[in-house]
Amino acid sequence: MTDFIATPPSRQGLAGRMIGWIFSDLRVTICLGYLAMLVIVSIFAPLLTPFSPIEQSMDILMPPDAAHPLGTDDLGRDVFSRVVYGAPMSLYASFLAVGVGLVLGLPVGVLAGYLGGWVDAVVSRMIDTLLSFPGIILAVAVTGALGIGLTNAMISVGIVFSPNIARLIRIQTIVVKNELYVDAARTFGMSVPRIIIRHILPNAIQPIIVQVTLMLAVALLAEASLSFLGLGVQPPHPSWGQMLARGYSYMEIAPEQMYVPGIAILLTSLAFNGLGEALRSKLDPTRRPRG
Amino acid sequence: MRMIRLIGWRLLQVVPVVLMATVAIFALVQMVPGDPAAVIAGEYATADNIAAIRQELGLDRPVWLQYATWLGGAFQGDLSDSLITGLPVLDEVLRRLPNTLLLAVLALLISIVVGVPLGILAATKSETALDRAATSIASLGVAVPNFWLGMIFVATLSLGLGWFPTTGAVPITQDFWGALHHAALPALTLATAGIAEITRQLRSAMIEVLSSQYARTLRAKGLSRASILWKHGLRNVSLTLLTVIGLVFNHTLGATVATEAVFAIPGAGSMIVSSAVSKDFPMVQGIVFVLVLIVITMNLIIDLLYVMLDPRAAKK
Repeated sequence: MTDFIATPPSRQGLAGRMIGWIFSDLRVTICLGYLAMLVIVSIFAPLLTPFSPIEQSMDILMPPDAAHPLGTDDLGRDVFSRVVYGAPMSLYASFLAVGVGLVLGLPVGVLAGYLGGWVDAVVSRMIDTLLSFPGIILAVAVTGALGIGLTNAMISVGIVFSPNIARLIRIQTIVVKNELYVDAARTFGMSVPRIIIRHILPNAIQPIIVQVTLMLAVALLAEASLSFLGLGVQPPHPSWGQMLARGYSYMEIAPEQMYVPGIAILLTSLAFNGLGEALRSKLDPTRRPRG
Repeated sequence: MRMIRLIGWRLLQVVPVVLMATVAIFALVQMVPGDPAAVIAGEYATADNIAAIRQELGLDRPVWLQYATWLGGAFQGDLSDSLITGLPVLDEVLRRLPNTLLLAVLALLISIVVGVPLGILAATKSETALDRAATSIASLGVAVPNFWLGMIFVATLSLGLGWFPTTGAVPITQDFWGALHHAALPALTLATAGIAEITRQLRSAMIEVLSSQYARTLRAKGLSRASILWKHGLRNVSLTLLTVIGLVFNHTLGATVATEAVFAIPGAGSMIVSSAVSKDFPMVQGIVFVLVLIVITMNLIIDLLYVMLDPRAAKK
């Protein structure tokens, strides 16, 4: 609430406040700027790349030159084009996994927290159980069952995320459902679904927003790992993780190809994490920066 | 006596978790879209092949009976046979598990040995250049794809400088130092995430303790900063540390999947990937089951340590 005191109650509205926040914090400006660039690159990939990302040629493992700014890979494909086309894959993968996690985790967590009793007891045990599975191991197993490919791999990662989201929203729901305004709504005869949508969710969602932003980075790294292992994006389509796998196998001939996709993954995951941390300090009033 | 009763109680609580884990693991095969027998048989299978596989795996029987059979076998140490090699799953998993556990335990030790001092140092020198350096390292460690770091280690430290063997593993029972030498680089790769996580969590926990009311009271009583830090701070922070160690161990065990691929280590992590690709479902289920049991055991140990360190937790 100190926010309202620090910034005078202007008539900017939510959009205005958001824009103000983005430009007042350099870290947020950089992270969001980078992610916006990634989205633009993803949309205009065909215009930005001189070659098709899957077109092979006889010029294999060429060092960087004017035509191929990052050289070519073992099948003569332009590495720069493949890095650019990897961006939409990564964004799609991250958002798909987090989306699946939300769709599965949110309703279960809210209901368990709101209803309490034996429903809550059973759901909580289930959440505890699923959280004892090492994440990537479970994702690999589920991907194997659903069938190999990027979409299935990221659905699996989403399934792995869902108990985390359910646990978090459950705790928040328990806190919010004891608030006076929820009691008031109930005495006025508001239905349970309406109470949940109108009162519980909007007040319980803030920590989830932070968590979900941080999860985008986890999903990105999971996509990279799974594609690296051959369970995600399938050839000939490019993905950063898969490019690392190829680059690794001829590391001694063309070491530079191992670095570019890795740096792309690192920067993107730093951007998601930076945004998540900034949101955390923005939304959580107990964690104001000291001094 | 109280401790024994407590251990018994926690053990009892583990039973439903293990049972639910078996349900989840069994459900993996139920997630296969369409007919699992047809998927296992492959593209060019005849109807007879598929029928044979269905019967052999008992997929023609009711689901609950399939589950009961699998569970009954699991409790007798029979996780059925691999579809590819025909060998018992448990033997295969136990043969490869030591390589994975060596990496995970070594990585956990590195994470603690580096992360704890770094976190405490960052907290005591809060808002200085040292703190900023530590937090930056931690942010990088969380964000970096650690299998990529592993590749860079191989390129520079193994191939470039020749300090470490590039790939493979040596059984620790045969050659202790050789095993450690082979495991050092992959363990360091795995540890980057753990170091980052422990540093972050320990830093914020320590800052909270040092700025708490009782720390201020102790300071007012005339205790030195050092003795507040080592006597009171460390004891209170140790609970956070235990929780984080549990999480880090879980993550590290999962991350072996990619790290074992980078270093060509024949462990459980690399085996689950090849089994998932070749649709060897009994093998996948067996590996997941054994790894989950390890995590559950680790969580139990952490729970009990927690109670020993914090008498308040025992009362609940």
